[in-house]
Amino acid sequence: PPAHSHNDWIGPPDKHSNLRPVIFYVSPEESPLERRLREARQEAQACDQRFWARHNRAFRQEKEEFIYSRLKAKGLEMRDETGQKATLNAEEMADFYKDFLSKNFRKHMQYNRDWYKRNFTITYLMGQVALARALRWLRWKKNNV
Amino acid sequence: GLFVWHLKNTEIRQIPCRFVQLCHVANDRLITFQYFNFLKRMYVTQCNKDLSQRAKPKSDSVASPFRELQQLDQEKKVIHKIRPISPVHQPLSETSIRNEVREMKSAAETEDSVTPVRAESKEDRQWKEMKLQLNDLPGILARLSKIKLTALVVSTASAGFAMAPVPFDLTCFLIASLGTGLASCAANSINQFFEVPFDSNMNRTKNRPLVRGQISPLLAVCFAASCGVPGIALLTLGVNPLTGALGAFNIFLYTCCYTPMKRMSIANTWVGAVVGAIPPVMGWTAATGSLDAGALLLGGILYSWQFPHFNALSWGLREDYSRGGYCMMSVTHPGLCRRVALRHCLALIGLSTVAPLLDITTWTFPIISLPINLYISYLGFRFYRDADRSSSRKLFFCSLWHLPLLLLVMFTCKKSFLEKEDKGDLLGESHGRAMEIRLP
Repeated sequence: PPAHSHNDWIGPPDKHSNLRPVIFYVSPEESPLERRLREARQEAQACDQRFWARHNRAFRQEKEEFIYSRLKAKGLEMRDETGQKATLNAEEMADFYKDFLSKNFRKHMQYNRDWYKRNFTITYLMGQVALARALRWLRWKKNNV
Repeated sequence: GLFVWHLKNTEIRQIPCRFVQLCHVANDRLITFQYFNFLKRMYVTQCNKDLSQRAKPKSDSVASPFRELQQLDQEKKVIHKIRPISPVHQPLSETSIRNEVREMKSAAETEDSVTPVRAESKEDRQWKEMKLQLNDLPGILARLSKIKLTALVVSTASAGFAMAPVPFDLTCFLIASLGTGLASCAANSINQFFEVPFDSNMNRTKNRPLVRGQISPLLAVCFAASCGVPGIALLTLGVNPLTGALGAFNIFLYTCCYTPMKRMSIANTWVGAVVGAIPPVMGWTAATGSLDAGALLLGGILYSWQFPHFNALSWGLREDYSRGGYCMMSVTHPGLCRRVALRHCLALIGLSTVAPLLDITTWTFPIISLPINLYISYLGFRFYRDADRSSSRKLFFCSLWHLPLLLLVMFTCKKSFLEKEDKGDLLGESHGRAMEIRLP
């Protein structure tokens, strides 16, 4: 992001986590409250990134393994004559999806709890910061009238 | 389904001319690869003097536009959306381009925190400033509140209102519709607020405003509050407390029960079906002020309709649901998924037959609606038997026109006790056999 910008910048989705990274603007006159908000957001971003990157990678890997094992059981190769990657149809993949979902259920429950907590805290902090800024602006206006 | 369609069919306007857009470009402008590359060459000659002319422009990978953007930013030119003509991922050319770019850049390259190539090119690949764009705001809020779904909800509520056996009160109707619409906007916004990381990971939902950072979570919550509170107030004070209570309960059910339950248990589908069934009940109570059998019947029809609709939709999304951690019948209990869809298609036939027994419609309603209901039941049966993508899609798309048509037929067969509404007149003509009973 350009140096003169006073805002956060959000980027394209990450390859592994599909989440969009945010570069946070650090104001030179950042108040402690604003700093808490920024740090909370940075931490949340890091947690989410870690979780989803790992999770998606595991999904991709296990999917490959599943396809490989199923193809082997059928006696087929990973690639057919034209060099295209052989895939299983949706019905065969359904077993994998069901399995993957149930295996990761506890992990998701934990993540959900954390995500809701983080989301509420960050939004609440955003509210406090917005209020503080509004009051500051009103005071400035009063002084400058 | 509907949303997927809409996303895939967004307008794409190609810019034939080869000028650089100097000012803030509107979202929908797309730039082709060819002329992007031309731009880069133009840049190279103007800024940096050490040229490395690219011999094969086609070998540009999508990663290069991003690096180019950093250069362009220095000159305060911003390109917002890039659409590659040949979305082919070629890692080898990527490294060669990277080397060339390094030669070209005079300033120290800032840390490249972003991402490589994606085959789907419909999303922006630029870094965007997280500042609220006021002229985009209506579009953003429309997407946040899922305006099309809201419109459907309001129309089911109006159907409930219209079917109530009382004289038609226009102001009450308008207030009830507005209140329901606002409540639905609020509920949808909160739903999106709760689901940001999950939406980012699913293809159907990854272009939502909160996911793309077009609006802050705080603003989304404020918007939801500013829709929900007036909406419910309007319903409670402008219509009647019962409708207001139903509206508030529905918002609660959707945001605090259905949304979290989506990730916990397959029972979420049943809760969601109730959420969909409540609006027509609200319409009925808005008109009559009480919960009669008629309200429950209408609610029952909507409830049953939700199952073929949603189960068919979820059949094609199994991979995304599995990866995203959503507990849906289509993933965990596929047999149950199809059975339930079929069961409820048949239930629709049964419910349509009950309608005249409750004096809501005449007996022509079950007769006329029978072919419609039989058709969707047939598709439901095909889905049950074949369990494949094409049958699920057929069932889903059928459900989209089945519901409005059913409600329309119901309305034309309505047993009117008093003077007909104008609408009824016009529609009655299209169904020659529809009879209206007039009491003296």
